[in-house]
This record gives sequence, C-alpha cells and structure tokens, in this order.
Amino acid sequence: MTLMTKMFGAAATGLALTATAAVADPALIYDLGGKFDKSFNEAAFVGASRWAAETGGEFRDIELTSEAQREQALRRFAEQGFSPVITTGFAFSTPIANVAADYPDTKFVTIDGYVDPEANPNVLSIGFSEHEGSFLVGMIAGLTTETDTVSFVGGMDIPLIRKFACGYAQGVKAVNEDATIIPNMVGTDPSAWADPVKGSELAQAQISQGSDVVFAAAGASGLGVLQTAADQGIYGIGVDSNQNYLYPGSILTSMLKRVDNAVYDAMSAGDDLETGVQTKDLSNRGVGFALDGYNEMLIDFDTLSEVYAAAADIVAGEISVHDYSTDNTCPAVEF
Amino acid sequence: MDLMTILQILDSTVRLGTPLLLMCLAGLFSERAGVVDIGLEGKALAAAFFSAAFAYYSGSVWVGMLVGIVAAICFSLIHGVASITFRGNQLISGVALNFLASGLTVLVAQTWFAQGGRTPTLEQARFNAIPLPGAEALRDVPVLGPIYAELISGHSILVYVAFLLVPLSWWVLYRTRFGLRLRAVGENPAAVDTAGISVVRLRFAAILIAGILCGLAGSYLATGLQAGFTREMTAGRGYIALAALIFAKWRPWYCLSATMLFGLLQAVALRYQNIDLGAFVIPVQFMNALPYILTIVILAGFVGAAIPPRASGDPYVKER
Repeated sequence: MTLMTKMFGAAATGLALTATAAVADPALIYDLGGKFDKSFNEAAFVGASRWAAETGGEFRDIELTSEAQREQALRRFAEQGFSPVITTGFAFSTPIANVAADYPDTKFVTIDGYVDPEANPNVLSIGFSEHEGSFLVGMIAGLTTETDTVSFVGGMDIPLIRKFACGYAQGVKAVNEDATIIPNMVGTDPSAWADPVKGSELAQAQISQGSDVVFAAAGASGLGVLQTAADQGIYGIGVDSNQNYLYPGSILTSMLKRVDNAVYDAMSAGDDLETGVQTKDLSNRGVGFALDGYNEMLIDFDTLSEVYAAAADIVAGEISVHDYSTDNTCPAVEF
Repeated sequence: MDLMTILQILDSTVRLGTPLLLMCLAGLFSERAGVVDIGLEGKALAAAFFSAAFAYYSGSVWVGMLVGIVAAICFSLIHGVASITFRGNQLISGVALNFLASGLTVLVAQTWFAQGGRTPTLEQARFNAIPLPGAEALRDVPVLGPIYAELISGHSILVYVAFLLVPLSWWVLYRTRFGLRLRAVGENPAAVDTAGISVVRLRFAAILIAGILCGLAGSYLATGLQAGFTREMTAGRGYIALAALIFAKWRPWYCLSATMLFGLLQAVALRYQNIDLGAFVIPVQFMNALPYILTIVILAGFVGAAIPPRASGDPYVKER
C-alpha cells in the first residue's frame, strides 16, 4: 500500500509539486563496515533514529554486503521516491556521480565522499575536518603520555586515514615537541578494516617501542587495538563515535566525527535540503572529542583548559592545522 | 636491532603463526586422506563465532572452545556428506562452506546480540597468558633468560597445544596403523578398499580431525588473541594456511616451519611497515604478498617438487 502511494507520489510530482514534496521519506545506505560498527556507520544510524524519534518520521535503511550493491541500492531508493538518499563512506562518490543525473528530483547526500556540485546539482557532499578533531585528541595524548611516545593505528592506508594521523601528530607535537609518534596502518586492502588480530599485534609492537597512548582509526580492527591497550594498561583513543564506554578507565577519549548530526540535519531539511559542498569542522561542532563519565577522571583540568583554548584558537583561525589531503604531505610525521 | 626487539618480533610470530599452524595441520589431515579442504577459513570463522558466543553465555572459555569445535565439526560433516558421500566437487563444497560461515556468523550474531554481527566483549572468559614456572626468576640470566621469559613463556595454552600437535600429528600419520591407512587413502583409495578397509570411514575420520583443529584455531582467534568475535575476523588466514600446506609439501614438521615463516613475515611487516634498505625501500604490500609468492615459487618446482597426495581432490567411486 505504502509502495503504491510512493509510486503515485513519484508519478504525480510533475503535476502537483506541493502535495508530494512533504511525503518523501529519507533513506540511509551504510558502507561495508555495517550498521552497528560502534563507530562511523552507527553514528549515522543514531542520527537517523534521533530524527525519527523527534519528528515521528520514518526512514528506510540498508546495509551493503558487496561493492556491486552501491549503485543498485541508490537506484532502488531513488526509484521508490525516497529523498534525500543519504550514504556513508568515501566509496560512494563514484556511484552517486553515476546515478544522480538519472534522478534529478531526488536529493543525494554523501558523507565523506565528494561529488562535483556543477555536474550534479542534486548532490550534497559533506566532508569533515578530521584533522582538527585529531589535533585535539593529539594534544590530550601529548599531555598525558609519560614515556613521550605515542602511536597511531590506521585501518586501510588511504589519504583520509593519513589525514587523521597527520592531525593527531601535529596535536602531539604542539604540546610535546620531543615526543615520538609511531604511525602504523593495518593494511592496504579493505580487509584492513576488519582484522582486529592485526590491530592487536600492531598495538603490541607499538607498546614494546614505548608507546603509552594509542589512537585507533581503523574500524573494527580498532577494537583489537583498544582491547590490547586495555589489556596492557596503556591508554587508547577511540574514533568517530564516542567509544569511551568500551573499556572504562583505559580509553582516554574519542575523536568525534558528528556523522549523527550531519544525518539528522539532512533528514530534518528533507526536500528543502541545500545541495553543494559542506564542511563540518570545529566551528560548527562537526568534529570534536568526547568527554563523559567514563573518562573525565582520566584527563586533568589543566590539560582540558589547554585543549579548549586550542579549539577556540583553531575556530578563530589563530592555529591552522595542516590537512594531509590537500597536498599529501605531513609536517609532523613521516609515514 | 637488539635482542629484545628480535624476541618481540618472534613472540609476535608465534601469536600470528599459531592459528595458521592449527589450520595447516587441519588441511594436512584432510588432504592426506584425499579431501581437498578449501573451507578451512569458513570452519575457523564459524568456530571463532560459536566459541566467543558460548564463552560469553557460559562464562567459561572451555565451554566456548568445545562449542566452537562442535561447530567446526558440523561444517566438516557438511563438507563430508557433500564431497565424500555424494561425491560432489570438493572445491565447490569448500567454497560454499566459506560463504555459509561468512553470512551465518554475522546473521546469528546480529540475532543473538544485536551488536552488528559481533559478540559482546568477553571480560573473564578468555585464554590468558600462562607464565611458565621460573620465567621471572630466570629473566636476568643473559640471553637465555629473556628468550625463556619473553618468547617461550607467556602464551595462551592453545599455543603450547598447537606446538605439541605437530609431533603428535607426525606420530599419528607415520607411526600408527590409522596414519598409514589415512595416507594410503589419499594416494590410492582403490588399494585400501581392496584390503577391506572403508575409504569413506577413513576420509570422514580425517575431516573430523580437521574440524577439531579448525575449532581450536577459531577459538584461539576469538578467545585467545581477541576478546570476542568480529565479522570476517579470520581475514583470509585459512587461505594462507592452505598456501603454507603446499609450501610444507604436505608434511607435519614442514607445516610448523612454513606457518612460522609466514607468521614471521607478517610480524616483520607489522613492526617495520616499509623496510628501508638504504638503496631502496621494500613496501609493506610486498611483505604481505610474500607468502603467496613463495608458494608459487615452490609450486613452480624451483625448490624441490611439491607433489600433492595423488588422490587428493578425487571422490572415490567404488565401481565403474
């Protein structure tokens, strides 16, 4: 029945724009990491659920199981009249660019991806200033470390993950100039997001090289990193979602990427969504770090005030954090 | 590079090599009996999930391990019924098992725990490191002390079990009547049949042993190395174990050296991502690909011939 309404709705768009505009439901497509990854994709689900709870609206979502399903899922939702169709993950850039022109009345959102706004005016590309959030957690790491050695475990070796590492390293260096930073990547293919055993071994190797704070930006592999950090009694730093609760007392903080807010905002805007390119950074609270009951006793007051001051300076433009993806170099660390 | 760094890398080698060793021995029994087992990956994955899930429910890692072994055996039986009883293609049956495990584990995990295809984190029910007697006391002895304390002591019990299984497998395969028959069934099943011994029963026995070993491998991954199951956590180790089996030329002691060599390659790749030799840099991708390259070199016959059991892959048909 609902399907019929949608089809009539879609068919009638040309005739009665005003009547049908309000009935289009949003849809959400998760990346291969899966809906409940306790991290990036789960944040999208949390944002969508919040929107649904607050407005009483409904949304549809789908988890992909293979690369080939990306275009299929986009077309399916677009044909059924969903709008906006929101996707998570950088890998959606190309599929959306292929599909968007065929459905000019549907609005697409790519979180982390980038689609040329001139060629596809119905797409919103949302990017995050991960380097700024990583800078702040890097500062916390640099002020907390007692061995003056901190480390980073990335998932797949792609520019986006190096952007995290580079921001983190700059944050560490900003407060602790002599600190050593050990950056490692789990792998170079997508299985690197789901190999906690390798994540553990990397963390182990870093600990034996003296690291006492490790920042994991590695999807499910990161859970292995945080596990080892907890087992060996050093601090771990979570990523994307607030992961502080996973190992209370041993997770120093989490670098937040407010994917939930991005999804919530897009769903609230509905058909009035403004397309183009958006960057979520510190100034509009798109990135940040997590402070809650699980970690507030781990970070002392002086550290916090220094970090908040730096955050204000970044927003004011007095500190500029280098973005790795702009020129593929990093001043603070070598890969 | 000092002694401590070398020991840490070797320590990591043992941890990374142990699941490979267990799966490699599983493949050894199976293929020696003439059943190609490409489903090692799937069996270990299923075992990893069920061992983590039941360790969580029961609070006992041993219960988890037993259920994991049972799950792997069930998968073995499916393989056996399809490829031994009904003489289906062994490769296809094995691949199907891998797909089944990959989907089933996530589906069941999501239904039971609703955490996106993972099990909750295990707090207590894990295999912990066992410090061997005297490890701390001997630590100060030069050279041998650190080797004993760092490398030999402080692994979980399954590591020691895996290493003990190597001589045991050798003994079973080469010094018992069962082993002789098992090897014969992989070389010339018709002769074994003529002698009045059941080919089907021997092959089922072999894949049951393979199931038990894969069960140990999966439970070591999920409850020894990690504290819970995550989707696809075997991450291709079953295939590397198969490569190691070819590299080992289907012999138990060589299985140990091949899997430890592959473990060492992984450990070195994790410790030194890009190896700078001054003149040029070895990229980490090359290190990760090395096990497969070595296997191809062996298969191509450059380093002695790798001859599989003659009847490996052929279903046995009693009469034509």
